[in-house]
Amino acid sequence: MHRELIPTLEEKARNLRVSIIKTLHRSQSGHTGGSLSATDLITALYFHTLRHKPAEPTWEGRDRFVLCKGHAAPALYVALAEAGYFPKEDLMMLRRLGSHLQGHPDSKQTPGVELCTGSLGQGLSQACGIALGLRLDGGERRVFALLGDGELQEGQVWEAAMSAAHFRLDNLCAIVDANGLQIDGEVAKVMGVEPIADKFRAFGWEVTEIDGHDLGQILAAYALSATVKGKPFVIVARTVKGKGVSFFEHKASYHGVTPSDEELPRALHCLGCSE
Amino acid sequence: MTQMAATRDAYGTTLMELGEENPAVVVLDADLSGSTKTALFARKFPERFFNMGIAEANMVGTAAGLAAAGKIPFVSTFAIFAAGRAWEQIRQSVAYPKANVKIVPTHGGVTVGEDGASHQSVEDIAIMRAIPNMTVIVPADAVETAAAVRAVADFKGPVYLRLGRNKVATIFDADYRFEIGKGTVLAQGSDLTFVTTGLMTAQALIAAQRLAKEGISARVLHMGTVKPLDGELLLDAALETGAIVTGEEHSIVGGLGGAVAEFLSEQAPTPLVRVGVNDRFGTSGKAEELLKYFGLTHEGLEEAARKVLERKGTK
Repeated sequence: MHRELIPTLEEKARNLRVSIIKTLHRSQSGHTGGSLSATDLITALYFHTLRHKPAEPTWEGRDRFVLCKGHAAPALYVALAEAGYFPKEDLMMLRRLGSHLQGHPDSKQTPGVELCTGSLGQGLSQACGIALGLRLDGGERRVFALLGDGELQEGQVWEAAMSAAHFRLDNLCAIVDANGLQIDGEVAKVMGVEPIADKFRAFGWEVTEIDGHDLGQILAAYALSATVKGKPFVIVARTVKGKGVSFFEHKASYHGVTPSDEELPRALHCLGCSE
Repeated sequence: MTQMAATRDAYGTTLMELGEENPAVVVLDADLSGSTKTALFARKFPERFFNMGIAEANMVGTAAGLAAAGKIPFVSTFAIFAAGRAWEQIRQSVAYPKANVKIVPTHGGVTVGEDGASHQSVEDIAIMRAIPNMTVIVPADAVETAAAVRAVADFKGPVYLRLGRNKVATIFDADYRFEIGKGTVLAQGSDLTFVTTGLMTAQALIAAQRLAKEGISARVLHMGTVKPLDGELLLDAALETGAIVTGEEHSIVGGLGGAVAEFLSEQAPTPLVRVGVNDRFGTSGKAEELLKYFGLTHEGLEEAARKVLERKGTK
């Protein structure tokens, strides 16, 4: 692990959060809380762990990232733009008619987006399919799939979990962005999914649990995921919905609500940005 | 003597040949590989066959992922579990991204037989046809099935290829050329046209011969592809014969009959009678008994022909 990279990645994540806030303020439509909870996990992937070539989005040798919780598309889009998949100006067109940046990820339209996701519960199955396909062709390519904890309520996730262990998909790393909140309130109150780690263990996965905002822990978990052989790996990342903007944090009400004109400067201030 | 063969048997054999020819072909099944005949492929290419257990939603999603990794997945189970259970997975994970996934269910329609309504899919053509980017094919016999399986493997994009359980009459010659989106006129006629798909096309050929003895000239237009519909041949049939009878082993709601009704009402309003399962569930029984019970026979088509001719006002 490269400890010296952590301050750089932390700065990158802060900039991406600023970009998410500005993008969502402009679009006035989209999912704020779950984008901010996933930002550190996505930053570490695109700016450290993933093997990819932004100038060549369909490069054969690339690792694949699947955003199962497709409503966090703003977090993915700002990372892709930052990495150079498309111009940052495009972000201002999020969710507009004619934009390639759809409300939920669309692989046909956005360079760097691997699959069409957004209907919860379907992403992990597709990630398993990619992992099977890549394994048939040999090589070291890996698949990362980011799910929400509310998403674990979908039965298909557990069909996929069963099959990933059955097929011994050790080139697959799932990440659960466990922010504890969903649209109607606390996950524990809407439909409890805990103990998440024990559930995956029982399904035959190797599990690690981390602070999903500690980039040192995130990098270590990603590195560890590559070393486990014969079974899939899942990182249960404990996160804060709305992370980085104090008045958004821990609030289910900011699941699908964007920053207002009044909130924008305050949100940017929280992120140490005075623009 | 009419030759009889099951479309699912033709599928199993052709899939095995494709496996030999194209290493990108992979096959997924949901614990029904003996019935769907994908077991033939599984025995020959075990590393490219995935038994997904009784979990159809995950099977369809996994197939979409395999397609994203450059494979050509064929996905099989019974029609009701493919189209019904996994409808939204087919919509979101397969059709929306135009994934190169071939959904090839067997046991479509009521000829599933004794298993009854729970296993008889009479709505699948309708719900698959409603999805954008989806191609829907219903072969008439084993020869057309073999040709269609090869055609969909070459075609880039999502396909729903519906097969049956039972042996059906072979009506096409070995040199038959199948083309996605093209109908085939199997008998010329001027008084009315039978527009049929699947096993009903063989019944339409019998009905046309029998009606000829009554002095009624029936054309038989086989629609091997229900979507996209061959509008050209259908329009010719409507304008030249002025009466249409559709026939399918499926509900009269939304399938071939629905597609033909939509097309004709806009392009060339024509007297139409739809033969199919009359907006009801299936039931247990022997396949042949059920076809008679639901009127999916040449007699049923003949009766519909007389009815449509009355409406046309010429007989």
